[in-house]
Amino acid sequence: MAATPLLELRGIDKSFGPVQVLHDVGMSVYPGEVTALVGDNGAGKSTLVKCISGIYTMDAGTVTFDGNQVAIHSPRDAAALGIEVVYQDLALCDNLDIVQNMFLGREKTRGIVLDEPTMEQLAGDTLAGLSVRTMKSLRQHVASLSGGQRQTVAIAKAVLWNSRLVILDEPTAALGVAQTAQVLELVRRLADNGLGVVLISHNMNDVFAVADRIAALYLGRMAAQVKTTDVTHSQIVELITAGRSGNIGLPPEKPQDYVDITPGDDQ
Amino acid sequence: MSTTTTTTAGGVRVERPTAGSYIRDYWGRVRGGDIGSLPAILGLIVLVVIFGVARDTFISAVNFANLFSQGAQITFIAMGLVFVLLLGEIDLSAGFASGVCGAVMAILLTNHGWPWYGAIPAALITGLVIGFVLGFLVAEVGIPSFVVTLAAFLGFQGVLLVLLKGGINVSVRDKFVLALANNNMSVLWSWVLAIVSVAGYAVIQFSRVRSRAARGLVTDPIGIVLLRIGGLALIVLLATALLTQERSINPAIISVKGVPFVVPIIAFFLVVWTFVLGRTTYGRHVYATGGNAEAARRAGIPVDRIRISVFIICSFMAAVGGILAVSRANSVDPNTGGSNILLYSVGAAVIGGTSLFGGKGKVVNAVIGGAVIAVIDNGMGLLGFNAGTKFIVTGLILLIAASVDALSRRRAAVTGAR
Repeated sequence: MAATPLLELRGIDKSFGPVQVLHDVGMSVYPGEVTALVGDNGAGKSTLVKCISGIYTMDAGTVTFDGNQVAIHSPRDAAALGIEVVYQDLALCDNLDIVQNMFLGREKTRGIVLDEPTMEQLAGDTLAGLSVRTMKSLRQHVASLSGGQRQTVAIAKAVLWNSRLVILDEPTAALGVAQTAQVLELVRRLADNGLGVVLISHNMNDVFAVADRIAALYLGRMAAQVKTTDVTHSQIVELITAGRSGNIGLPPEKPQDYVDITPGDDQ
Repeated sequence: MSTTTTTTAGGVRVERPTAGSYIRDYWGRVRGGDIGSLPAILGLIVLVVIFGVARDTFISAVNFANLFSQGAQITFIAMGLVFVLLLGEIDLSAGFASGVCGAVMAILLTNHGWPWYGAIPAALITGLVIGFVLGFLVAEVGIPSFVVTLAAFLGFQGVLLVLLKGGINVSVRDKFVLALANNNMSVLWSWVLAIVSVAGYAVIQFSRVRSRAARGLVTDPIGIVLLRIGGLALIVLLATALLTQERSINPAIISVKGVPFVVPIIAFFLVVWTFVLGRTTYGRHVYATGGNAEAARRAGIPVDRIRISVFIICSFMAAVGGILAVSRANSVDPNTGGSNILLYSVGAAVIGGTSLFGGKGKVVNAVIGGAVIAVIDNGMGLLGFNAGTKFIVTGLILLIAASVDALSRRRAAVTGAR
């Protein structure tokens, strides 16, 4: 495991008017690992991701990327660092084909003419690098693909740009069993290729299947960031629903309560 | 199935298309709701046969040449409308915008004595300005395009009346402008144009296959490529042969033969806009914005600027149509670009296969649809139907085309194809 985190967040605060959504959030993402970001609805997962990807600006806190402190003010800054987000609703155009979607907004041209052969070749190379071995044609419209294939295209689009950190927002939410397995395998492969991966998911099976670390948000605070091998299913569920589980998680709001529920631990 | 797989770029295995699988795929897409221009082409053939049987003058060289100048204005406006429809917007003012631009040209030529090389650019610039204003109101102010262009429809009708001082008829005598819609190329140049365009198409097709094959990418089966080139050659050469016949009633007095000038003008804009839509970054962004505006925005495409630009292109093409309409009528009057012109143009684009829902369509749709409209209008006129019946039939055909569009879209949603 790499010693220095690829992305390190410290003390992130974010408020929308009077509502403070993130309190002093810290998180580390290591290259070559999948970090699952879990939390109940409204815990602040999406807000945190949007802060990292530059859609929202942070009120306070520091971001360290690859050992250097950086400021992310816009999606462009995030993209320049190599941070790519695969959104839940995919952001693919149904009326365009696979290659056209992968290069959307960043088309390769020769003069003013689109350089289709180069784009098709790069798209093929990227898909092959993700061990996607079969497609009917790289020129079929995205509308004719299955959910899993669409998700594959969306992920391939994100890694096409030599990205270093890929954030996936619920990539398996709308998929069947076989397709979920296929996408999780792809997520694992991204990490094996040396990228840092953040996986947002509600599905504990998915999380335990691919994640190396789990970061649990509870009401805008980072309850815990633990190695997957150190925790059980039910501990994570407790972290999500209560913010703490046994001796991991947030400190209890009243210290004496802590004593009450853990007998045998003298005051 | 006898499809074989092959390895394309980077080692992704894909099916190797054969002529058979290519045709099966095409049929599959048609069944899945992606029908494109197929109904329009079939409809065109049926209409030509019906009118040809009913009136033998319909398939005469004179009438065939007439179809082009009759259909020119709506075809140009429809080409511009394709861009607007690709974004799922509509421009109801395109008809009167073309009338206003035509009037600007006619007034500058006749009343102010401008030369054609001053008046035509002035008309085209008028079109660009109109398009910018419409696009700005839709994209930046956020008014639905239906309302903006409905207001402009009424407004331009008034502008036309004001320009023509309440309804006078401004006639045009400039030779160059009149030649645009009324004169023909010489027989020699007609054949040169036909052969150059077929040869050019063949070169483009073959060089594409060669450059893809050189990179190890999957290419279209050679049989299909030859079929495309052969099909185009057949149509172009047959049409040229027909148009280079003597069309004059009394050739001793005046000889009328050759391809009408409007044909190369239509072909020019068809090639230019097809290139822009299919081969440039701008065209890709137009399709993306029409298919999924949110995805386009996230991909960093300036969606608002794209939206303004399609209205500019639409009004510019309306101006081109207006110039041709004035040329054909030798004059401009308050009804130039009015009455059925706009609805015929929208009909041409939709009948040709451009979707009213955005994201799907090609410039060639406007030409095919324009041909259908021109044939209906011309053929029913020859059969002696009055204007009322023509409107009813054209209205029904537009309705059928829109139903085909809506139903194929529903079918596409069911089958997962586009």
